Amino acid sequence: MANEHRKEDAAAAGRIAGPAPLPIVLRVNGETRELMVEPRTTLAEALRGPLGLTGTKIACNHGVCSACTVWLDDLAVASCSVLAIEVGERRITTIEGLAGQDRLHPVQAAFIDYDAVQCGFCTPGLVMSCAALLARNPRPDRKEIETAISGHLCRCGTYPHVVQAMLALGTREEPDLE
Amino acid sequence: MNDEFPRRREHFPVGLAHLGLETVEREIPADEPPALGPNAGLRQIGKNAPRWDARAKVTGAARYTVDVSLPGMLHAAVLRSPWPHARLRSIDLSRAAAAPGVHAALTVAEPPVSGKPIVLRYVGQPVAAVAAETPALAQAALQLIDVRYEPLPFVTDPDRAKQADAPAVYRKPELDKVPSAGLPASAAVYPLSGNVLGPESRNSRGDVATGFAEAAVVVDGTYRTQVQTHCCMEPHAIVASWHEDGLDVWMSTQFTAGVRVQLARHFGLPLSRVRVQVQAMGGGFGSKSQMGVYGRTAVSLSRLAGAPVRLVYRRDEEHMDSGNRPSSEQHLRIGARSDGTLTAISLHSHGSAGIAFGAAPGGIASALYPCPNMESLHYDVFTNAGPSCAMRGPGNTQGAFALEQSIDELAEKLALDPIVLRDRIDPSPVHREERRMGAERIGWSQRRAPASDPGPLKRGVGMAQSLWPANVQINTACEVRLWRDGSVEVLSSVQDIGTGVGTVLAQVVAEELGLEPAAIRVRIGDTEFPSGPPSYGSRTTASITPPARTAAWRVKEAFFRTIASAWQVDAHTLIVQDGSIQVRNDPQRRISWQEAAAALRTDRISATAGRADDYAGFRYRSGDAAMALNDLGGAQFAEVEVDTESGVIRVLRVVAVHDCGRPINPRQIESQVQGGVLMGISYALMEERILDSHTGWMLNPNFVDYKVLGPQDAPEIDVVLLENYQGFSASDAYGISEPANIATAAAIANAVYNAIGVRIRSLPMTPAAVLQALGLVPGGRH
Repeated sequence: MANEHRKEDAAAAGRIAGPAPLPIVLRVNGETRELMVEPRTTLAEALRGPLGLTGTKIACNHGVCSACTVWLDDLAVASCSVLAIEVGERRITTIEGLAGQDRLHPVQAAFIDYDAVQCGFCTPGLVMSCAALLARNPRPDRKEIETAISGHLCRCGTYPHVVQAMLALGTREEPDLE
Repeated sequence: MNDEFPRRREHFPVGLAHLGLETVEREIPADEPPALGPNAGLRQIGKNAPRWDARAKVTGAARYTVDVSLPGMLHAAVLRSPWPHARLRSIDLSRAAAAPGVHAALTVAEPPVSGKPIVLRYVGQPVAAVAAETPALAQAALQLIDVRYEPLPFVTDPDRAKQADAPAVYRKPELDKVPSAGLPASAAVYPLSGNVLGPESRNSRGDVATGFAEAAVVVDGTYRTQVQTHCCMEPHAIVASWHEDGLDVWMSTQFTAGVRVQLARHFGLPLSRVRVQVQAMGGGFGSKSQMGVYGRTAVSLSRLAGAPVRLVYRRDEEHMDSGNRPSSEQHLRIGARSDGTLTAISLHSHGSAGIAFGAAPGGIASALYPCPNMESLHYDVFTNAGPSCAMRGPGNTQGAFALEQSIDELAEKLALDPIVLRDRIDPSPVHREERRMGAERIGWSQRRAPASDPGPLKRGVGMAQSLWPANVQINTACEVRLWRDGSVEVLSSVQDIGTGVGTVLAQVVAEELGLEPAAIRVRIGDTEFPSGPPSYGSRTTASITPPARTAAWRVKEAFFRTIASAWQVDAHTLIVQDGSIQVRNDPQRRISWQEAAAALRTDRISATAGRADDYAGFRYRSGDAAMALNDLGGAQFAEVEVDTESGVIRVLRVVAVHDCGRPINPRQIESQVQGGVLMGISYALMEERILDSHTGWMLNPNFVDYKVLGPQDAPEIDVVLLENYQGFSASDAYGISEPANIATAAAIANAVYNAIGVRIRSLPMTPAAVLQALGLVPGGRH
């Protein structure tokens, strides 16, 4: 009887846990990485878990706050809303791969200069969206910046300093530090 | 003088820097550093040093609790009550515990008294928890827990809960178990009638009947504020590791030292065997100050499983069960003579903190404008909803919404400008200056009569005053170490939750030692270091920067004594500047910082300092907490545009003039004030927890339906900082977080009135609420 129960329970748990992991290959930050993922694993989970790239953050896990933003090829996407198994050949760029070892992307430098960071949890996502904007539009105006980051939520309220940092980059003014 | 505690006299700058400073003589403990001059003459304090951890945060290297992964770590999941009120008939964990990959399962809900049945009182209340090898296995195992609930009658709407025949959330004997969202600690001291607890009347004084009889003018209004959830971007998270030497915890917390004490007490461990750490921390806003149910759950699972356990809440769990700002209904009457002098204030309030209590609308109505006759009666209304806890400016944020609209209304009745009236009834010269500066920036003199715009888009300007006590944590310590190679560390368990306190510590120590902030290694967020203050109550900077400077000064004194003895000079003649030490007025006697350090007898000099009392004393002190003599203030001005056809309010511009004593890093303060204003706009216009009164479930536990202000809704924010010297401590610096949030909603409401000529007394001021206020659609409470 107890054994019977146990088998049923294992089957039920198995159904809930879903199909078993399968091997996939992802191209992340210029490297080819092999990993095992369950089919339902999101790209955000795959990056943070098996790939150890915890710079990508999960805050809402339903595609609203954009904290998990990474690039697929040149497109900024919410990695919590992409399945790891559907990425295929596309190049993934995460916050760790944006600038390369010991270097800063100009957006990262501007975020530091303008204190566009408070708790920092939403920051990697914001940096990825801002860097994507800059790649397609080197001199964005305030409206374009606000549109590019409109999907991001920051509870600390860094938006004004993010916009200021991006405007400064666009005009290539020297940062006003004092 | 008392020989045991030698003291000496120092001369401190006092006053507002831009108006000119005076000097005050104070007697201070002899082991505290000399008076610090105004920022204008300093090299590091008052400058915009880059945030100490900004590089780690922009590169993704910063390690948050959710990023901590330990070998053999298990993942926890929580079974939550689907019923708003139910008796737990039975619970059987055996099938879940035997499920594949599951290492531990336990019941989380506790009976009110041992042996009595467990009662669940809100949807989302933790019932049981499991720890398994993957998050998916843990989630799956929850379905194998056999629970039988006996649903009980419930009530979620405070208006309904107030009625005599409403289902009872608690019975009187259960009151000492009710969690507190504010003060005092126990609900059992108040009478309970149905679901209504109280009254609490701490702020009452004089006789309001006499006061109202003396009044030439009386304003009278009922104000309602909604339940707001904290919405920290990093969810509540903990990794607990119970091992044979004790307990190690990584936790997204606002108070490492406090959580350590709670864990030690709860699990019967000595403090010496409990360690709590947090590196980067993704926001708290009041909701991450305690051990919490999630804390004890993860630790219990780890003890049971014999392995580290990670517990991270989902976003829906965050909304339903990680705290919230309580609702309020405030009936406020204010009487004044024809010259504006206040004669009586009567504040009768109800508020619901769900199954918790402490929903009073703060002390702002009692404290901001002195009035001899005050009647303040507050009642808590229990509902079957998740417990509230402190949230950024708890109480005063709700209270300011009512008070500052009433003061504007009073000004209108007296035919006085709102700022003129406030200047008459507010004795604080600092507040007066804040209003003067803010008025100038926003263009107050161009402000027009209500509803002056003829078209459908109507603009208006309004302001409100903020007030918050200048809190200090007495139980605060900080260590500074100088090593033989000249390198310097500052250490404390204080945590940086995004405020930038790490930067500020480096600046204060660098200033004292004549070094650059980047040369100071900041080691915080770990209870292995001297106990730091909590990051709540806007008290962190006020508590930790004085002992940081004192410790640095003591290290410097000890360092100088070694050099002075080698040079055979008086140590007091030594000065440090630009990385070298010399005899004052004798540049020949000079040695580099590194060379001097190399001559130390031992590997390092270390000093640990505690927070001394404020030099002029405290206004209030109880246990570890104290309040400085003067409050923190701030005046906020808002310009809005109301679309009277769609009902949409746009905030075009905010001017925020604030005082936090001596500003240490103006840019970081600007960041925090902007954040307070934006959270205030979001509270004013968008956010609201909505419960289904038929099921008790939250209908919007996500970021789609629970609206939080985004980048496109953020107005231009002009932050103006006062330099207010008081000569109160070794740093003379105080906090900023909460005052920045308190006045915003009230300032917007006053601006909306100026725009449309109709007062909105209920939050949030959604388009529907605006159209109702204008009488364009039916409904509403206006």
